[in-house]
Amino acid sequence: MATGNVTFRQDWCKGCGLCVAVCPKKIIFLDESITNRKGYHPATVKDMDQCIGCANCARMCPDSIITVERV
Amino acid sequence: MAIVYRRSKGLTDVETHYCPGCTHGIIHRLVAETLEELGVLGKTIGVAPVGCSVFAYDYFNCDMQEAAHGRAPAVATGIKRVLPDKVVFTYQGDGDLAAIGTGEITHAAMRGENITTIFVNNAIYGMTGGQMAPTTLVGQRATTAPLGRDKSHAGSPIRIAEMLATLDGAAYIERVTVTSPANVMKAKRAIKKAFELQLEGRGFTMIEVLSTCPTNWGLTPVKALEWLNENMIPVFPLGVYKDITKKEA
Repeated sequence: MATGNVTFRQDWCKGCGLCVAVCPKKIIFLDESITNRKGYHPATVKDMDQCIGCANCARMCPDSIITVERV
Repeated sequence: MAIVYRRSKGLTDVETHYCPGCTHGIIHRLVAETLEELGVLGKTIGVAPVGCSVFAYDYFNCDMQEAAHGRAPAVATGIKRVLPDKVVFTYQGDGDLAAIGTGEITHAAMRGENITTIFVNNAIYGMTGGQMAPTTLVGQRATTAPLGRDKSHAGSPIRIAEMLATLDGAAYIERVTVTSPANVMKAKRAIKKAFELQLEGRGFTMIEVLSTCPTNWGLTPVKALEWLNENMIPVFPLGVYKDITKKEA
């Protein structure tokens, strides 16, 4: 049961990977199956059940595209 | 579920032009969150610099004024003296503040102007293509120092926080960084304290934020954060350099 949920505004993502590096659960990755309109592979989460809603990803996001919810 | 983190209302709904992983975006957000939390977005006037953050006036959701290169503290001085009830801040990089604008920032601090300066130090000229800045580390490579900064020829980096802390007009000077979520939270507390002191009319406040330039450093965004931690912090130590509220305690 997930205690957190993150959403990415993927069309604004620049694929810098800072969120990937600081996720304590290692559930964020750059989705190479998608190329957004800026030409980057945007960040996404593969296993949201593991998310704890710590907001580390959002704190490090230079583009403020991450919204975090917690139970 | 409740939202615990969302885009600040202090930012406009505009995409930034910054390179991927550039920490300007994090610092913008911290300033925006601070202004939102203090409830002063409607009475804040920011002054944008020349450099990578020249378009900051498009990104902050408050009134903004563009200044000539390095002159943001002089423009902010004028705005604050005419409109003392407004919250006035400058947002400047090291090429702007520590090079062409060294005179303006020093004298604004000396006069104790009741403004807040956010000084983003990434040890290089970003916008113009990675030239050596006054803050470039000894040995650090730049397009104008291809073998690294040579101390015998170009001197050693200027430490602005330490320098301005010697001035009586400075009320609060702290150096922070944004290389981890914990450091981001510390930086936010520092920025908030600076704006709170301005609201109390205590004088000049400056927060220096050590920042990355992945593009001109030639590193990935994550490697750039590591490089900053390993190389910049020993030369530019983090900490509070001036705090007039400490004397009263």
